Amino acid sequence: MTDSGAMRRDPAAHLGGQEAPKTRDARWQAGAASPLATARLVLARDLKLAFRKRSQLVQPLAFFAIVTTLFPLGVSPELPRLRPMAAGVVWAAALLSSLLALELLFRDDAQDGTLEQYALSGRSLTWLLAAKTAAHWLLTGLPLALMAPLAAIALGAPGAAVPGILASVAVGTVALSLIGSIGAGLTLGIRRSGALLSLLTLPLEIPVLIFGARATELAIDGAAYGVPLRLLGALAVLGLTLAPLAAAAAVRINLE
Amino acid sequence: MAWTWFHRLASPPHIYRVAGRLMPWLAWPAAVLIVAGLIGGLVLAPPDYQQGDGYRIIYVHAPSAWMSLLVYTTMAVAAAIGLIWRMKVAHAVAASCAPIGASFTFAALVTGSLWGAPMWGTYWQWDPRLTSELILLLLYLGYMGLRSAFDDLQRADRASAVLAIVGVVNVPIIHYSVIWWNSLHQAPSVMRLGKPTMPPSMLFPLLMMLVGFTLFFGALLLVRLRGEVLSRERTASWIREALRP
Amino acid sequence: MSAFLDMGGYAAYVWPSYAVTLTVMILNIVWARRLLQRSRKEAMHRLAIGGTAK
Repeated sequence: MTDSGAMRRDPAAHLGGQEAPKTRDARWQAGAASPLATARLVLARDLKLAFRKRSQLVQPLAFFAIVTTLFPLGVSPELPRLRPMAAGVVWAAALLSSLLALELLFRDDAQDGTLEQYALSGRSLTWLLAAKTAAHWLLTGLPLALMAPLAAIALGAPGAAVPGILASVAVGTVALSLIGSIGAGLTLGIRRSGALLSLLTLPLEIPVLIFGARATELAIDGAAYGVPLRLLGALAVLGLTLAPLAAAAAVRINLE
Repeated sequence: MAWTWFHRLASPPHIYRVAGRLMPWLAWPAAVLIVAGLIGGLVLAPPDYQQGDGYRIIYVHAPSAWMSLLVYTTMAVAAAIGLIWRMKVAHAVAASCAPIGASFTFAALVTGSLWGAPMWGTYWQWDPRLTSELILLLLYLGYMGLRSAFDDLQRADRASAVLAIVGVVNVPIIHYSVIWWNSLHQAPSVMRLGKPTMPPSMLFPLLMMLVGFTLFFGALLLVRLRGEVLSRERTASWIREALRP
Repeated sequence: MSAFLDMGGYAAYVWPSYAVTLTVMILNIVWARRLLQRSRKEAMHRLAIGGTAK
Protein backbone atom coordinates (compact mmCIF):
# COMPACT_ATOMS: atom_id res chain seq x y z
CA MET A 1 0.00 0.00 0.00
CA THR A 2 2.82 2.41 0.82
CA ASP A 3 4.38 1.62 -2.47
CA SER A 4 1.11 2.50 -4.18
CA GLY A 5 1.09 5.80 -2.31
CA ALA A 6 4.48 6.67 -3.67
CA MET A 7 3.26 5.96 -7.13
CA ARG A 8 0.29 8.24 -6.56
CA ARG A 9 2.33 11.14 -5.21
CA ASP A 10 4.17 11.57 -8.45
CA PRO A 11 1.56 10.38 -10.89
CA ALA A 12 3.67 10.49 -14.00
CA ALA A 13 6.81 9.08 -12.38
CA HIS A 14 6.56 5.99 -14.52
CA LEU A 15 6.76 8.22 -17.57
CA GLY A 16 10.17 9.34 -16.51
CA GLY A 17 10.07 11.81 -13.61
CA GLN A 18 12.97 12.37 -11.24
CA GLU A 19 12.07 9.47 -8.98
CA ALA A 20 11.96 7.03 -11.82
CA PRO A 21 14.73 4.47 -12.23
CA LYS A 22 17.78 5.66 -14.10
CA THR A 23 17.45 3.45 -17.12
CA ARG A 24 13.85 4.39 -17.84
CA ASP A 25 14.62 8.02 -17.16
CA ALA A 26 17.53 8.00 -19.51
CA ARG A 27 15.53 6.37 -22.22
CA TRP A 28 12.85 9.00 -21.79
CA GLN A 29 15.17 11.97 -21.69
CA ALA A 30 17.01 10.89 -24.76
CA GLY A 31 13.74 11.01 -26.60
CA ALA A 32 14.44 7.50 -27.70
CA ALA A 33 11.13 6.34 -26.29
CA SER A 34 8.96 5.58 -29.28
CA PRO A 35 5.21 5.86 -28.80
CA LEU A 36 5.14 2.10 -28.52
CA ALA A 37 7.77 2.01 -25.76
CA THR A 38 5.91 4.72 -23.84
CA ALA A 39 2.69 2.80 -24.26
CA ARG A 40 4.37 -0.30 -22.89
CA LEU A 41 5.41 1.60 -19.75
CA VAL A 42 1.84 2.81 -19.23
CA LEU A 43 0.48 -0.68 -19.77
CA ALA A 44 2.91 -2.17 -17.25
CA ARG A 45 2.08 0.50 -14.72
CA ASP A 46 -1.70 0.03 -15.12
CA LEU A 47 -1.38 -3.72 -14.70
CA LYS A 48 0.80 -3.28 -11.62
CA LEU A 49 -1.67 -0.88 -10.02
CA ALA A 50 -4.61 -3.12 -10.84
CA PHE A 51 -3.02 -6.13 -9.16
CA ARG A 52 -2.68 -4.09 -5.97
CA LYS A 53 -6.47 -3.82 -5.82
CA ARG A 54 -7.44 -7.40 -6.43
CA SER A 55 -11.02 -7.07 -5.20
CA GLN A 56 -11.70 -4.40 -7.79
CA LEU A 57 -10.23 -6.71 -10.36
CA VAL A 58 -12.56 -9.55 -9.49
CA GLN A 59 -15.74 -7.49 -9.40
CA PRO A 60 -16.60 -7.49 -13.14
CA LEU A 61 -16.01 -11.25 -13.22
CA ALA A 62 -18.24 -11.84 -10.22
CA PHE A 63 -20.80 -9.60 -11.90
CA PHE A 64 -20.59 -11.72 -15.04
CA ALA A 65 -21.15 -14.85 -12.97
CA ILE A 66 -24.17 -13.45 -11.16
CA VAL A 67 -25.83 -12.16 -14.35
CA THR A 68 -25.48 -15.53 -16.07
CA THR A 69 -26.85 -17.21 -12.93
CA LEU A 70 -29.95 -15.03 -12.99
CA PHE A 71 -31.16 -16.57 -16.24
CA PRO A 72 -31.56 -20.20 -15.16
CA LEU A 73 -33.19 -18.92 -11.98
CA GLY A 74 -35.49 -16.63 -13.94
CA VAL A 75 -36.30 -18.94 -16.83
CA SER A 76 -35.91 -22.60 -16.04
CA PRO A 77 -33.28 -25.05 -14.81
CA GLU A 78 -33.78 -27.27 -17.88
CA LEU A 79 -30.70 -27.20 -20.09
CA PRO A 80 -32.64 -27.82 -23.33
CA ARG A 81 -34.53 -24.58 -22.70
CA LEU A 82 -31.43 -22.64 -21.68
CA ARG A 83 -29.22 -23.83 -24.50
CA PRO A 84 -30.83 -21.79 -27.33
CA MET A 85 -30.37 -18.59 -25.33
CA ALA A 86 -26.90 -19.38 -23.95
CA ALA A 87 -25.05 -17.28 -26.56
CA GLY A 88 -27.28 -14.25 -26.02
CA VAL A 89 -27.02 -14.50 -22.23
CA VAL A 90 -23.23 -14.84 -22.29
CA TRP A 91 -22.87 -11.84 -24.59
CA ALA A 92 -25.32 -9.60 -22.79
CA ALA A 93 -23.50 -10.41 -19.55
CA ALA A 94 -20.11 -9.76 -21.19
CA LEU A 95 -21.30 -6.35 -22.46
CA LEU A 96 -22.54 -5.36 -19.01
CA SER A 97 -19.41 -6.61 -17.22
CA SER A 98 -17.13 -4.77 -19.61
CA LEU A 99 -19.24 -1.66 -19.04
CA LEU A 100 -19.03 -2.03 -15.27
CA ALA A 101 -15.24 -1.88 -15.36
CA LEU A 102 -15.25 1.11 -17.71
CA GLU A 103 -16.17 3.69 -15.15
CA LEU A 104 -12.85 3.03 -13.45
CA LEU A 105 -10.85 3.10 -16.68
CA PHE A 106 -9.82 6.75 -16.46
CA ARG A 107 -11.36 7.84 -13.16
CA ASP A 108 -8.50 7.36 -10.70
CA ASP A 109 -5.96 8.72 -13.13
CA ALA A 110 -8.10 11.77 -13.78
CA GLN A 111 -8.54 12.45 -10.08
CA ASP A 112 -4.89 12.26 -9.09
CA GLY A 113 -3.71 14.23 -12.10
CA THR A 114 -2.03 11.41 -13.98
CA LEU A 115 -4.08 12.00 -17.10
CA GLU A 116 -3.22 15.67 -17.05
CA GLN A 117 0.45 14.77 -16.85
CA TYR A 118 -0.02 12.43 -19.77
CA ALA A 119 -1.68 15.17 -21.80
CA LEU A 120 1.13 17.62 -20.96
CA SER A 121 3.95 15.12 -21.36
CA GLY A 122 4.33 15.81 -25.05
CA ARG A 123 3.84 12.14 -25.73
CA SER A 124 0.99 11.10 -27.95
CA LEU A 125 -2.08 10.90 -25.71
CA THR A 126 -3.64 8.57 -28.27
CA TRP A 127 -0.95 5.96 -27.65
CA LEU A 128 -1.09 6.35 -23.89
CA LEU A 129 -4.86 5.87 -23.87
CA ALA A 130 -4.55 2.93 -26.24
CA ALA A 131 -2.22 1.38 -23.68
CA LYS A 132 -4.70 2.03 -20.87
CA THR A 133 -7.43 0.46 -22.99
CA ALA A 134 -5.20 -2.53 -23.63
CA ALA A 135 -4.77 -2.88 -19.87
CA HIS A 136 -8.56 -2.72 -19.49
CA TRP A 137 -8.91 -5.55 -21.99
CA LEU A 138 -6.23 -7.65 -20.32
CA LEU A 139 -7.90 -7.16 -16.96
CA THR A 140 -11.55 -7.65 -17.99
CA GLY A 141 -11.84 -8.84 -21.60
CA LEU A 142 -9.39 -11.69 -21.36
CA PRO A 143 -10.69 -13.06 -18.02
CA LEU A 144 -14.23 -12.76 -19.40
CA ALA A 145 -13.18 -14.75 -22.46
CA LEU A 146 -11.85 -17.45 -20.12
CA MET A 147 -15.03 -17.43 -18.04
CA ALA A 148 -17.52 -17.29 -20.90
CA PRO A 149 -17.08 -20.96 -21.95
CA LEU A 150 -17.75 -22.03 -18.36
CA ALA A 151 -20.93 -19.97 -18.28
CA ALA A 152 -21.98 -21.35 -21.66
CA ILE A 153 -21.40 -24.93 -20.50
CA ALA A 154 -23.47 -24.22 -17.42
CA LEU A 155 -26.21 -23.10 -19.79
CA GLY A 156 -26.08 -26.30 -21.81
CA ALA A 157 -23.32 -25.74 -24.37
CA PRO A 158 -21.24 -28.79 -25.32
CA GLY A 159 -17.56 -28.99 -24.42
CA ALA A 160 -16.59 -28.92 -28.07
CA ALA A 161 -17.84 -25.31 -28.27
CA VAL A 162 -15.15 -24.02 -25.89
CA PRO A 163 -12.57 -22.82 -28.48
CA GLY A 164 -15.20 -20.98 -30.51
CA ILE A 165 -16.68 -19.21 -27.49
CA LEU A 166 -13.23 -18.35 -26.17
CA ALA A 167 -12.15 -16.88 -29.51
CA SER A 168 -15.32 -14.89 -30.12
CA VAL A 169 -15.44 -13.37 -26.64
CA ALA A 170 -11.71 -12.62 -26.70
CA VAL A 171 -11.95 -10.78 -30.03
CA GLY A 172 -15.29 -9.14 -29.25
CA THR A 173 -14.15 -7.71 -25.92
CA VAL A 174 -11.29 -5.94 -27.72
CA ALA A 175 -13.93 -3.96 -29.60
CA LEU A 176 -15.94 -3.49 -26.40
CA SER A 177 -12.95 -2.07 -24.51
CA LEU A 178 -12.15 0.29 -27.38
CA ILE A 179 -15.70 1.60 -27.82
CA GLY A 180 -15.95 1.85 -24.07
CA SER A 181 -12.80 3.97 -23.83
CA ILE A 182 -14.56 6.66 -25.89
CA GLY A 183 -17.56 6.64 -23.56
CA ALA A 184 -15.33 6.70 -20.49
CA GLY A 185 -13.36 9.62 -21.92
CA LEU A 186 -16.52 11.57 -22.72
CA THR A 187 -18.05 11.15 -19.28
CA LEU A 188 -14.80 11.78 -17.42
CA GLY A 189 -15.84 15.15 -16.04
CA ILE A 190 -19.32 14.06 -15.01
CA ARG A 191 -20.15 12.89 -11.53
CA ARG A 192 -22.35 9.79 -11.15
CA SER A 193 -21.92 9.03 -14.83
CA GLY A 194 -22.89 5.34 -14.66
CA ALA A 195 -26.31 5.48 -16.33
CA LEU A 196 -25.18 8.01 -18.93
CA LEU A 197 -22.08 5.96 -19.72
CA SER A 198 -24.24 2.91 -20.45
CA LEU A 199 -26.66 4.97 -22.56
CA LEU A 200 -23.74 6.28 -24.63
CA THR A 201 -21.81 3.03 -24.93
CA LEU A 202 -24.30 0.19 -25.28
CA PRO A 203 -26.02 1.36 -28.51
CA LEU A 204 -22.61 1.70 -30.15
CA GLU A 205 -21.74 -1.83 -29.04
CA ILE A 206 -24.76 -3.44 -30.71
CA PRO A 207 -22.83 -4.65 -33.80
CA VAL A 208 -20.33 -6.39 -31.49
CA LEU A 209 -23.21 -8.06 -29.68
CA ILE A 210 -24.78 -9.20 -32.96
CA PHE A 211 -21.64 -10.71 -34.48
CA GLY A 212 -20.33 -12.05 -31.16
CA ALA A 213 -23.56 -13.75 -30.19
CA ARG A 214 -23.84 -15.24 -33.68
CA ALA A 215 -20.29 -16.66 -33.55
CA THR A 216 -20.94 -18.11 -30.11
CA GLU A 217 -24.29 -19.53 -31.19
CA LEU A 218 -22.71 -21.23 -34.19
CA ALA A 219 -19.93 -22.61 -31.99
CA ILE A 220 -22.51 -24.03 -29.57
CA ASP A 221 -24.37 -25.63 -32.48
CA GLY A 222 -21.12 -27.13 -33.70
CA ALA A 223 -21.24 -25.17 -36.95
CA ALA A 224 -18.54 -23.11 -38.68
CA TYR A 225 -18.28 -19.71 -36.99
CA GLY A 226 -15.56 -18.19 -39.20
CA VAL A 227 -17.73 -15.53 -40.86
CA PRO A 228 -19.08 -13.77 -37.76
CA LEU A 229 -15.70 -14.16 -36.06
CA ARG A 230 -14.02 -12.39 -38.96
CA LEU A 231 -16.65 -9.64 -38.88
CA LEU A 232 -15.95 -9.32 -35.17
CA GLY A 233 -12.26 -9.05 -35.97
CA ALA A 234 -13.01 -6.34 -38.51
CA LEU A 235 -14.88 -4.36 -35.84
CA ALA A 236 -11.95 -4.78 -33.46
CA VAL A 237 -9.48 -3.54 -36.11
CA LEU A 238 -11.71 -0.58 -36.98
CA GLY A 239 -11.98 0.24 -33.28
CA LEU A 240 -8.22 -0.12 -32.87
CA THR A 241 -7.57 2.49 -35.56
CA LEU A 242 -10.26 5.02 -34.62
CA ALA A 243 -11.26 4.63 -30.97
CA PRO A 244 -8.00 5.77 -29.30
CA LEU A 245 -8.11 8.97 -31.39
CA ALA A 246 -11.67 9.70 -30.29
CA ALA A 247 -10.89 8.77 -26.69
CA ALA A 248 -7.86 11.08 -26.66
CA ALA A 249 -9.98 13.94 -28.05
CA ALA A 250 -12.64 13.25 -25.41
CA VAL A 251 -10.13 13.15 -22.55
CA ARG A 252 -8.48 16.37 -23.71
CA ILE A 253 -11.83 18.15 -23.79
CA ASN A 254 -12.56 17.08 -20.24
CA LEU A 255 -9.12 18.06 -18.94
CA GLU A 256 -9.15 21.59 -20.31
CA MET B 1 -10.99 36.32 -50.31
CA ALA B 2 -12.84 33.17 -51.10
CA TRP B 3 -13.19 32.47 -47.41
CA THR B 4 -14.99 35.66 -46.44
CA TRP B 5 -18.39 34.01 -46.77
CA PHE B 6 -17.21 31.31 -44.40
CA HIS B 7 -16.13 33.84 -41.79
CA ARG B 8 -19.32 35.80 -42.20
CA LEU B 9 -21.24 32.59 -41.75
CA ALA B 10 -19.41 32.10 -38.49
CA SER B 11 -20.37 35.49 -37.15
CA PRO B 12 -23.36 35.34 -34.80
CA PRO B 13 -24.95 38.69 -35.73
CA HIS B 14 -24.81 37.78 -39.39
CA ILE B 15 -26.30 34.34 -38.73
CA TYR B 16 -29.02 35.80 -36.56
CA ARG B 17 -30.03 38.25 -39.28
CA VAL B 18 -29.76 35.86 -42.24
CA ALA B 19 -31.56 33.05 -40.41
CA GLY B 20 -34.44 35.36 -39.62
CA ARG B 21 -34.71 36.52 -43.20
CA LEU B 22 -34.31 33.05 -44.73
CA MET B 23 -36.75 31.24 -42.46
CA PRO B 24 -40.05 32.16 -44.25
CA TRP B 25 -38.51 31.15 -47.57
CA LEU B 26 -38.22 27.61 -46.25
CA ALA B 27 -41.31 27.51 -44.05
CA TRP B 28 -43.89 28.51 -46.67
CA PRO B 29 -42.76 26.13 -49.43
CA ALA B 30 -42.58 23.43 -46.75
CA ALA B 31 -46.17 24.11 -45.70
CA VAL B 32 -47.41 24.12 -49.32
CA LEU B 33 -45.56 20.92 -50.20
CA ILE B 34 -46.69 19.08 -47.08
CA VAL B 35 -50.36 20.06 -47.57
CA ALA B 36 -50.17 19.10 -51.26
CA GLY B 37 -48.45 15.84 -50.35
CA LEU B 38 -51.13 15.07 -47.76
CA ILE B 39 -53.93 15.65 -50.28
CA GLY B 40 -52.08 13.67 -52.91
CA GLY B 41 -51.28 10.82 -50.55
CA LEU B 42 -54.58 10.56 -48.72
CA VAL B 43 -57.05 11.42 -51.50
CA LEU B 44 -55.59 11.30 -54.99
CA ALA B 45 -53.25 8.30 -54.83
CA PRO B 46 -55.00 5.00 -55.57
CA PRO B 47 -55.14 2.23 -52.95
CA ASP B 48 -52.36 -0.33 -53.12
CA TYR B 49 -53.27 -3.63 -54.72
CA GLN B 50 -51.93 -5.60 -51.77
CA GLN B 51 -52.13 -3.36 -48.73
CA GLY B 52 -55.28 -1.41 -49.64
CA ASP B 53 -55.36 1.96 -47.96
CA GLY B 54 -53.03 0.80 -45.20
CA TYR B 55 -49.97 1.69 -47.24
CA ARG B 56 -50.86 5.41 -46.96
CA ILE B 57 -48.90 5.45 -43.70
CA ILE B 58 -45.83 5.61 -45.93
CA TYR B 59 -46.51 9.31 -46.53
CA VAL B 60 -45.73 10.08 -42.90
CA HIS B 61 -43.48 7.14 -41.99
CA ALA B 62 -40.93 7.48 -44.80
CA PRO B 63 -40.43 11.26 -44.38
CA SER B 64 -40.04 10.83 -40.61
CA ALA B 65 -37.48 8.06 -41.09
CA TRP B 66 -35.68 10.20 -43.68
CA MET B 67 -35.62 13.08 -41.20
CA SER B 68 -34.17 10.87 -38.46
CA LEU B 69 -31.12 10.12 -40.62
CA LEU B 70 -30.84 13.52 -42.30
CA VAL B 71 -30.90 15.36 -38.99
CA TYR B 72 -28.32 13.03 -37.42
CA THR B 73 -25.99 13.49 -40.38
CA THR B 74 -26.46 17.26 -40.32
CA MET B 75 -25.76 17.24 -36.59
CA ALA B 76 -22.57 15.23 -37.01
CA VAL B 77 -21.30 17.39 -39.90
CA ALA B 78 -22.01 20.56 -37.92
CA ALA B 79 -20.33 19.05 -34.87
CA ALA B 80 -17.24 18.15 -36.92
CA ILE B 81 -17.04 21.67 -38.35
CA GLY B 82 -17.40 23.09 -34.85
CA LEU B 83 -14.71 20.82 -33.50
CA ILE B 84 -12.20 21.30 -36.31
CA TRP B 85 -12.55 25.04 -36.93
CA ARG B 86 -13.65 25.93 -33.41
CA MET B 87 -16.74 27.54 -34.88
CA LYS B 88 -19.30 28.41 -32.23
CA VAL B 89 -22.17 28.75 -34.68
CA ALA B 90 -21.63 25.19 -35.93
CA HIS B 91 -21.95 23.91 -32.37
CA ALA B 92 -25.16 25.88 -32.06
CA VAL B 93 -26.44 24.15 -35.21
CA ALA B 94 -25.59 20.73 -33.76
CA ALA B 95 -27.32 21.60 -30.50
CA SER B 96 -30.41 22.72 -32.42
CA CYS B 97 -30.58 19.48 -34.41
CA ALA B 98 -30.82 16.94 -31.60
CA PRO B 99 -34.38 17.54 -30.31
CA ILE B 100 -35.75 17.80 -33.85
CA GLY B 101 -34.10 14.54 -34.87
CA ALA B 102 -35.14 12.69 -31.73
CA SER B 103 -38.79 13.71 -32.11
CA PHE B 104 -38.96 12.61 -35.75
CA THR B 105 -37.22 9.34 -34.92
CA PHE B 106 -39.93 8.80 -32.35
CA ALA B 107 -42.57 9.55 -35.01
CA ALA B 108 -40.90 7.10 -37.41
CA LEU B 109 -40.96 4.40 -34.72
CA VAL B 110 -44.63 4.91 -33.85
CA THR B 111 -45.80 5.11 -37.47
CA GLY B 112 -43.68 2.09 -38.39
CA SER B 113 -45.26 0.12 -35.57
CA LEU B 114 -48.76 1.26 -36.62
CA TRP B 115 -48.02 0.31 -40.20
CA GLY B 116 -46.72 -3.07 -39.14
CA ALA B 117 -49.69 -3.84 -36.91
CA PRO B 118 -52.18 -4.82 -39.66
CA MET B 119 -49.44 -6.33 -41.85
CA TRP B 120 -47.69 -8.43 -39.21
CA GLY B 121 -50.63 -8.90 -36.84
CA THR B 122 -48.58 -7.41 -34.00
CA TYR B 123 -47.53 -3.91 -33.04
CA TRP B 124 -43.88 -4.74 -32.66
CA GLN B 125 -41.76 -6.91 -34.86
CA TRP B 126 -37.96 -6.94 -34.66
CA ASP B 127 -37.89 -5.69 -38.20
CA PRO B 128 -34.46 -4.33 -39.21
CA ARG B 129 -35.76 -0.85 -39.98
CA LEU B 130 -37.71 -0.48 -36.77
CA THR B 131 -34.79 -1.86 -34.77
CA SER B 132 -32.40 0.58 -36.43
CA GLU B 133 -34.77 3.46 -35.68
CA LEU B 134 -34.97 2.38 -32.05
CA ILE B 135 -31.17 2.35 -31.76
CA LEU B 136 -31.02 5.72 -33.49
CA LEU B 137 -33.45 7.11 -30.94
CA LEU B 138 -31.16 5.84 -28.17
CA LEU B 139 -28.19 7.52 -29.89
CA TYR B 140 -30.10 10.81 -29.92
CA LEU B 141 -31.03 10.40 -26.26
CA GLY B 142 -27.41 9.66 -25.38
CA TYR B 143 -26.28 12.76 -27.27
CA MET B 144 -28.80 14.96 -25.49
CA GLY B 145 -27.99 13.35 -22.16
CA LEU B 146 -24.27 13.98 -22.57
CA ARG B 147 -24.87 17.56 -23.65
CA SER B 148 -27.04 18.33 -20.66
CA ALA B 149 -24.65 16.65 -18.21
CA PHE B 150 -22.05 19.42 -18.53
CA ASP B 151 -22.37 22.79 -16.84
CA ASP B 152 -19.75 24.33 -19.06
CA LEU B 153 -21.23 25.06 -22.50
CA GLN B 154 -17.96 24.81 -24.40
CA ARG B 155 -17.16 21.47 -22.90
CA ALA B 156 -20.70 20.26 -23.63
CA ASP B 157 -20.34 21.39 -27.24
CA ARG B 158 -17.04 19.66 -27.82
CA ALA B 159 -17.74 16.43 -25.94
CA SER B 160 -21.10 15.96 -27.64
CA ALA B 161 -19.42 16.74 -30.96
CA VAL B 162 -17.04 13.81 -30.46
CA LEU B 163 -20.02 11.59 -29.64
CA ALA B 164 -21.93 12.73 -32.75
CA ILE B 165 -18.95 11.94 -34.98
CA VAL B 166 -18.42 8.53 -33.38
CA GLY B 167 -22.15 7.93 -33.76
CA VAL B 168 -22.26 8.81 -37.43
CA VAL B 169 -19.40 6.42 -38.14
CA ASN B 170 -21.33 3.74 -36.28
CA VAL B 171 -24.79 4.30 -37.76
CA PRO B 172 -24.11 2.44 -41.04
CA ILE B 173 -22.33 -0.36 -39.16
CA ILE B 174 -25.28 -0.70 -36.81
CA HIS B 175 -27.71 -0.58 -39.72
CA TYR B 176 -26.02 -3.31 -41.75
CA SER B 177 -25.33 -5.52 -38.74
CA VAL B 178 -29.02 -5.30 -37.81
CA ILE B 179 -30.03 -6.25 -41.36
CA TRP B 180 -27.57 -9.16 -41.25
CA TRP B 181 -28.89 -10.25 -37.86
CA ASN B 182 -32.44 -10.07 -39.08
CA SER B 183 -31.77 -12.08 -42.23
CA LEU B 184 -30.48 -14.94 -40.05
CA HIS B 185 -33.38 -15.19 -37.71
CA GLN B 186 -36.41 -14.64 -39.90
CA ALA B 187 -38.06 -16.40 -42.75
CA PRO B 188 -36.96 -14.92 -46.08
CA SER B 189 -40.51 -13.76 -46.83
CA VAL B 190 -40.28 -10.73 -44.56
CA MET B 191 -42.78 -8.05 -45.38
CA ARG B 192 -40.86 -5.06 -46.64
CA LEU B 193 -42.10 -1.63 -45.73
CA GLY B 194 -42.25 0.35 -48.92
CA LYS B 195 -42.05 -0.85 -52.47
CA PRO B 196 -39.31 -0.74 -55.03
CA THR B 197 -41.66 0.33 -57.81
CA MET B 198 -44.53 2.74 -57.34
CA PRO B 199 -46.78 4.31 -59.96
CA PRO B 200 -46.23 8.08 -60.30
CA SER B 201 -49.56 8.91 -58.64
CA MET B 202 -48.24 7.25 -55.47
CA LEU B 203 -44.67 8.42 -55.86
CA PHE B 204 -45.25 12.14 -56.40
CA PRO B 205 -47.01 12.79 -53.08
CA LEU B 206 -44.18 10.88 -51.37
CA LEU B 207 -41.53 13.02 -53.04
CA MET B 208 -43.47 16.16 -52.09
CA MET B 209 -43.59 15.01 -48.49
CA LEU B 210 -39.87 14.22 -48.46
CA VAL B 211 -38.92 17.63 -49.86
CA GLY B 212 -41.51 19.34 -47.65
CA PHE B 213 -40.16 17.68 -44.49
CA THR B 214 -36.61 18.61 -45.45
CA LEU B 215 -37.56 22.26 -45.89
CA PHE B 216 -39.52 22.09 -42.64
CA PHE B 217 -36.38 20.85 -40.90
CA GLY B 218 -34.47 23.76 -42.39
CA ALA B 219 -37.03 26.26 -41.10
CA LEU B 220 -37.10 24.69 -37.62
CA LEU B 221 -33.30 24.66 -37.53
CA LEU B 222 -33.13 28.36 -38.39
CA VAL B 223 -35.59 29.33 -35.65
CA ARG B 224 -33.78 27.22 -33.07
CA LEU B 225 -30.41 28.48 -34.26
CA ARG B 226 -31.47 32.08 -33.68
CA GLY B 227 -32.51 31.21 -30.15
CA GLU B 228 -29.25 29.32 -29.51
CA VAL B 229 -27.12 32.14 -30.89
CA LEU B 230 -28.92 34.69 -28.73
CA SER B 231 -28.54 32.71 -25.54
CA ARG B 232 -24.89 31.87 -26.25
CA GLU B 233 -23.74 35.40 -27.02
CA ARG B 234 -24.41 36.66 -23.57
CA THR B 235 -23.11 40.19 -23.64
CA ALA B 236 -22.45 41.05 -27.25
CA SER B 237 -23.57 44.54 -28.19
CA TRP B 238 -25.02 43.39 -31.49
CA ILE B 239 -27.89 41.82 -29.56
CA ARG B 240 -28.80 45.31 -28.39
CA GLU B 241 -29.06 46.36 -32.01
CA ALA B 242 -30.88 43.24 -33.16
CA LEU B 243 -33.49 43.32 -30.42
CA ARG B 244 -34.19 47.04 -30.42
CA PRO B 245 -37.93 47.34 -31.08
CA MET C 1 -66.64 10.89 -47.03
CA SER C 2 -67.19 8.07 -44.58
CA ALA C 3 -65.41 5.77 -47.02
CA PHE C 4 -62.48 8.17 -46.90
CA LEU C 5 -62.48 8.22 -43.11
CA ASP C 6 -62.73 4.43 -43.02
CA MET C 7 -59.51 4.06 -45.07
CA GLY C 8 -60.56 0.70 -46.38
CA GLY C 9 -60.70 -0.76 -42.89
CA TYR C 10 -57.28 0.60 -41.91
CA ALA C 11 -58.62 3.70 -40.14
CA ALA C 12 -57.35 2.54 -36.75
CA TYR C 13 -53.77 2.51 -38.11
CA VAL C 14 -53.70 5.25 -40.73
CA TRP C 15 -55.23 8.09 -38.72
CA PRO C 16 -53.19 7.61 -35.54
CA SER C 17 -50.05 7.62 -37.71
CA TYR C 18 -50.98 10.94 -39.24
CA ALA C 19 -52.02 12.28 -35.85
CA VAL C 20 -48.70 11.34 -34.24
CA THR C 21 -46.67 12.84 -37.08
CA LEU C 22 -48.67 16.06 -37.13
CA THR C 23 -48.39 16.33 -33.34
CA VAL C 24 -44.63 15.94 -33.56
CA MET C 25 -44.48 18.63 -36.25
CA ILE C 26 -46.65 21.06 -34.29
CA LEU C 27 -44.72 20.41 -31.08
CA ASN C 28 -41.49 21.11 -32.95
CA ILE C 29 -42.86 24.45 -34.13
CA VAL C 30 -43.99 25.32 -30.61
CA TRP C 31 -40.68 24.27 -29.02
CA ALA C 32 -38.58 26.14 -31.56
CA ARG C 33 -40.62 29.33 -31.20
CA ARG C 34 -40.58 29.08 -27.44
CA LEU C 35 -36.79 28.66 -27.44
CA LEU C 36 -36.36 31.77 -29.58
CA GLN C 37 -38.82 33.79 -27.53
CA ARG C 38 -37.22 32.78 -24.25
CA SER C 39 -33.75 33.63 -25.53
CA ARG C 40 -34.99 37.03 -26.67
CA LYS C 41 -36.65 37.76 -23.38
CA GLU C 42 -33.56 36.71 -21.43
CA ALA C 43 -31.27 38.76 -23.65
CA MET C 44 -33.45 41.81 -23.24
CA HIS C 45 -33.60 41.32 -19.54
CA ARG C 46 -29.84 40.97 -19.42
CA LEU C 47 -29.16 44.01 -21.52
CA ALA C 48 -32.03 45.94 -19.93
CA ILE C 49 -33.63 46.85 -23.22
CA GLY C 50 -37.17 48.15 -22.93
CA GLY C 51 -40.07 47.08 -25.13
CA THR C 52 -41.34 43.68 -26.14
CA ALA C 53 -40.02 41.06 -28.47
CA LYS C 54 -40.96 41.62 -32.03
